[in-house]
Amino acid sequence: MAAPSYGLIATFDTTPALYHAAEKVRDAGYKNWDCITPFPVHGLDKAMGLGRSRVPRISLAGGIIGFLTGMSMIWWTGAYDYRLTVGGKPLFSPMFAFPVSYELTILFTAFATIGGMFIVNGLPMHYHPVLKYDQIRRGMDDTFFIVIEARDPRFNLANTKALLEQAGGREIKELEA
Amino acid sequence: MNTAEQAALPVILDEVKPAVLPRAVLVANDRSFSWITEKICGIIEGKTPAWWWWCFAVACFVASFTVAGLTYLVATGVGVWGHANPVNWAWDIVNFVFWIGIGHAGTLISAILCLLRQKWRTSINRAAEAMTIFAVVCAAIFPVFHVGRIWYAWFLFPIPNSNYIWQNFRSPLEWDVFAVSTYGTVSVLFWYIGLIPDLAVLRDRFEAVGNRFRSFLYGVFAMGWRGSNRHWSNYEMAYLILAGVSTPLVLSVHTIVSFDFAVSLLPGWHTTIFPPYFVAGAIFSGFGMVLTLMLPLRAVYHLEDLITQYHIDCMCKITLATGTIVGYAYAMEFFIAWYGANPYEGFAFINRAFGQYAWAYWIMISCNVITPQFFWFRKVRQNTTMVWVLSIFVNVGMWFERFVIIVTSLARDFLPSSWGYYSPSVVEIFTFFGTFGVFSVLFLLFIRFLPIMPMAELKAVTPQADVHGHDDVSGHGDPAIVHATH
Repeated sequence: MAAPSYGLIATFDTTPALYHAAEKVRDAGYKNWDCITPFPVHGLDKAMGLGRSRVPRISLAGGIIGFLTGMSMIWWTGAYDYRLTVGGKPLFSPMFAFPVSYELTILFTAFATIGGMFIVNGLPMHYHPVLKYDQIRRGMDDTFFIVIEARDPRFNLANTKALLEQAGGREIKELEA
Repeated sequence: MNTAEQAALPVILDEVKPAVLPRAVLVANDRSFSWITEKICGIIEGKTPAWWWWCFAVACFVASFTVAGLTYLVATGVGVWGHANPVNWAWDIVNFVFWIGIGHAGTLISAILCLLRQKWRTSINRAAEAMTIFAVVCAAIFPVFHVGRIWYAWFLFPIPNSNYIWQNFRSPLEWDVFAVSTYGTVSVLFWYIGLIPDLAVLRDRFEAVGNRFRSFLYGVFAMGWRGSNRHWSNYEMAYLILAGVSTPLVLSVHTIVSFDFAVSLLPGWHTTIFPPYFVAGAIFSGFGMVLTLMLPLRAVYHLEDLITQYHIDCMCKITLATGTIVGYAYAMEFFIAWYGANPYEGFAFINRAFGQYAWAYWIMISCNVITPQFFWFRKVRQNTTMVWVLSIFVNVGMWFERFVIIVTSLARDFLPSSWGYYSPSVVEIFTFFGTFGVFSVLFLLFIRFLPIMPMAELKAVTPQADVHGHDDVSGHGDPAIVHATH
């Protein structure tokens, strides 16, 4: 085909069919490929050979920053910027600073987790070749797809198509870039 | 176990046939993936039912009470409420704790039950989280307006101001500001992350029928979600972490709310049992509200296949367990008041049960201690009407619990010369009842425009979602799997 293509998409009807096909694509050594599923399929990460998500690192960083923000804010406002003794209590103590720091730890972790998930996933991305596929709506409903991108070094229109067919995929189509 | 025993084991297993542990079916009648999509999306895509309009009109009317009450308060002053020495905290804080407590069941369902792998949570978590957010909105109204000059409410936050003075972080009230605002924010984030895949479904469905406006609106918030498994992998991790941080959050929020009282020196408030007692009470009242909301929703939209009798059983049992913990706490408070031998503490509790507010105390006891005990009986749990009526009693009882704790302790403090009796003003009563309207307006909008159940999560707990389901009939003796492969 003359027009540049994004890759090939194949349809699967059941979760086990998708799962076993994903194992075959993984074993064939492809790197730039994906499964489209209407819900998180348990065990599919392993079948695709995906590693552990990087989101927790961002969450941890968020949590640490949150805790330090709480502690330093309370120290700075109460014991440095405007020293005001209330009820004879110390100007700063990690004890009374703890509840607020604890809440800020959780708040910052939550923002870091959501933000991190979007960054790692490259979202928002409202335009994507996969979303142009006319059957993609079914992928949000009850059908499963495997997409192998043309930029994968192992991609070869005929061989990749054969692999998807052999893996049990039907309606193998080329996606416009 | 010795080798002889090990060798003998399989033979015995053949003879005795190990019991098949029945696992409850979470989606009844073996419904397909697309049935779930059609069912949930159908609620949004269908014509607005007449009952919705009626309920919405009534809810708006009731909500106007709150708007009117608050407008009058801002225009006049906090004196329009019935507070006076010595009862300077009354319905406003009662209502605040009441609504915050209701919210807690939503987070319990979405976070704690997620960590405990209680899959039955899936069909109720979306609506319960929505309930949490709307309850926090209603709760926040009261302390914010109780500050009197509402335009100074931002003094609650550490924002530089012209007085150069900062907030007193030694005060539990300031902790509460952070706890509640964090709780509201994290609840919204948790709710939103759960909505993303479902919004993508709606985006594509509205595009398919040519409704470009709604497709655009849902699409903006769906963030271009395309069901990629590389995304799901990070998404699931993010969801798990949010559940992990929401769990200590929900426990800490009501703990800090209870610190508002426990850290003071007032008899009846100054007790160490408050944090766990408040958290149990919050979950108790929250499940009461979940039942109050979900049972009519289930009936109206015919969701019996998704909210099965098993779900109702689980909710009733949690209500029973937490209600019993609350009953235990009531008893323990009295025991400690006697055992502590502090005359003021002793008086505060005798006064609670037999003093001027005894009527409120006994309403509380009958609603919170006696009502949940009916849930021991399967016959009661299977009677939806009965469960619904009992859930109303739970809501009423938990409101009275906060009233009893807050008002009785303040009305009879150390000095008899300053004793008083508190009654709410008309403005206060209307403002409070109006918040049920505010809550209902928000909840009705939610069920009209957003998927009331997480479709992706529901599909994931169906038998056909199991990647081994279809080849592994012998499975683990799981009737759900056998059922799917018959």
